[in-house]
Amino acid sequence: MSIIKAEDLIFEYKKLDDAGEVESVHRAVDNVNLEVNKGEFIAILGHNGSGKSTLAKHINAILLPSEGSMWVCGKDTKEEDDTWFIRQNAGMVFQNPDNQIIGTVVEEDVGFGPENIGVPTEDIWTRVENALKSVGMIKYRHHSPNKLSGGQKQRVAIAGVVAMKPQCIILDEPTAMLDPNGRQEVIKTVLELNKKEGVTVILITHYMEEVISADRVFVMESGQVVMTGTPREIFARVDELKSYRMDVPQVTMLAHELKEAGVPISGTILSVEELVEEICQLKSKV
Amino acid sequence: MIRDITIGQYYPAVSPIHKLDPRVKLAGTLIFLISLFLTESVVGYVLATIFLAGVIKLSKVPLKFILRGLKAIFVILAFSVAFNLFLTSGEVLVQFWIFKITKEGVRTALMMAIRLVYLIIGSSIMTLTTTPNDLTDGLEKALSPLKKIKVPVHEIAMMMSIALRFIPILMEETDKIMKAQMARGADFESGNIIKRAKSLVPILVPLFISAFRRADDLAMAMEARCYHGGDGRTKMKPLKYKKHDFAAYIVLFAYLGAIICIRIFIG
Repeated sequence: MSIIKAEDLIFEYKKLDDAGEVESVHRAVDNVNLEVNKGEFIAILGHNGSGKSTLAKHINAILLPSEGSMWVCGKDTKEEDDTWFIRQNAGMVFQNPDNQIIGTVVEEDVGFGPENIGVPTEDIWTRVENALKSVGMIKYRHHSPNKLSGGQKQRVAIAGVVAMKPQCIILDEPTAMLDPNGRQEVIKTVLELNKKEGVTVILITHYMEEVISADRVFVMESGQVVMTGTPREIFARVDELKSYRMDVPQVTMLAHELKEAGVPISGTILSVEELVEEICQLKSKV
Repeated sequence: MIRDITIGQYYPAVSPIHKLDPRVKLAGTLIFLISLFLTESVVGYVLATIFLAGVIKLSKVPLKFILRGLKAIFVILAFSVAFNLFLTSGEVLVQFWIFKITKEGVRTALMMAIRLVYLIIGSSIMTLTTTPNDLTDGLEKALSPLKKIKVPVHEIAMMMSIALRFIPILMEETDKIMKAQMARGADFESGNIIKRAKSLVPILVPLFISAFRRADDLAMAMEARCYHGGDGRTKMKPLKYKKHDFAAYIVLFAYLGAIICIRIFIG
C-alpha cells in the first residue's frame, strides 16, 4: 500500500514586485508523479535547486501544491482539517540542527511534539524515553542541546520526530552541516529506525554514499524526477548521472573507469568489499 | 563585565529552595520586594535580614556567588548613596565647603543602600535556584488568568523560553562574525567610544540577518512538529503544588504579616 503519493504535482514560487504584482514565476516542482510504499527506504538525490527540498516540504503539508495533489497516509494535504494528522504521521527533520531544537534540555525538546498533539503527561514520558533509546541518546537526556555535537543534535531532532510516532520520516539533508563522523551516526540511526521499527524513511541528500542502503532512489533535476530505480540500477548509469552534475561513490567510479579501461568487471560496484571481491575473482581467472 | 552579572544565571544544586514550585518563588520574590519598601525601622530590617539569610542558607548557593552579582550595580549604588547623603536637608552633622552631611541624609542613604542590595540579592536568589524553563512555566501558569482578558500568556512564555535557548547560539555567532571581520582587518579595540560603537554596525547587520533566518527556520520546524499555539497542548512537566510549597506559602505570609505589624506598631 502506498503511503505517499504525488500526482502531477506542480509547485511555483511567485516573485512579487513592489506593487504586489507577480513579476516572475519559478517552477520548483514540475509535474512530479511518485509513490512510496510502507516501510520503504527512499532516497531523493539532486543538485542544489533541483526542487528536492520543495518536494519534501509538500509531504509534511508545509507547502501546498500549486497544481496536482499530494496524498499522505491516504489524506490529501490540501484538506486543512487533516494538516495536523499529516504532520504527526509524516515527521520532518531539517538541515540545521540548531534551528530545529526548541527545548533547553534534550528530553524537553523530544517532548515538544507529543505536547503539541495533546498526549497525556505519563505517555509523553514513556514516548520520550523510547524515542531517545531508539536513537541512542538516552544518556544525554538531561543535557543542554548547546553542548552536543552536530550529529548528536541531529539525533535528538530525529528522536523529537520519533516521539510523535509517525508512519514516515522525511529527512531534508540532515547531514549537510555535519562532519563525516556525525554523518555516519545520523545515517546509521535512520537505517536502524527503518529496519527495526519499520518506519518509512525518505532521505533527501546530495551525498552519494548515503544512498547505497536505500531501497529505491529518485534523482531530481530542475523540478522533475529524471531517474528512478534501485541504487545499483542508478549507479550503473554513470554517464547519465554526470549529465545531471552528480557524482557516483568513489568505488563505483573506480570500478566504472576500470571497466572502461578494459578490465573485465561485471555489474555495478557499490562498496569497497564488493570491488575487492571482484578484483580477487579477476586474479583467479587469470 | 557580562560574566559578572549573576542575575538570570542558574546555580545547579539540590536544596529545598531549588525544589520549590517556581510560582512559590515568584510570589516569594514579590513579597520580599514589597516587604523591603514597607520597612522603615531597624527591627524591620533585622527581620528582613534574618529572612534573607535563612533563604540563602537553605538554597545552598555560596554567598560569594550571590555577592558577585552586586558588582554590576555598584555604580548605581554609589550614586544613589552619594545623592542621598549630600542632598538631604535636616540636622547637620558634618560640613565642609559646600557639602554637608545631615543625620537624615545618613539615614536615607543607608536605607537606600540596604534596599537596593537586598532587592538584587532577593531577585537573584530566585533566578539562581530556578531553571529558565521552570521560570517561564511558572510565569505562564501564574499569569494564566490574564488569558481571559486576551493577554497571549502562552505565546509570551514560549517566546521567552525560545529567547533563552538562542542566547548562547547568538553569542557564538557574534563571536564568529567578529573573528571573521577581524581576520579582514576590522578594528574593534582602538578609538573613542563613538568610533567603537560605529565599528559594531558591521557586526549587528549580519547578526540580525542570521537571527531572522534562524527564526524562519525555527518557525517551520515548530510547525512541522504540530505546534499550533497553546490550545489543546499537554504538558510534559506540569506544575503541581506539593506539601512543601504550601509550607513555603505559610512562611511567606507569616513574614509579610510580621513586616506589616512592625510597620504599624513600631514605625
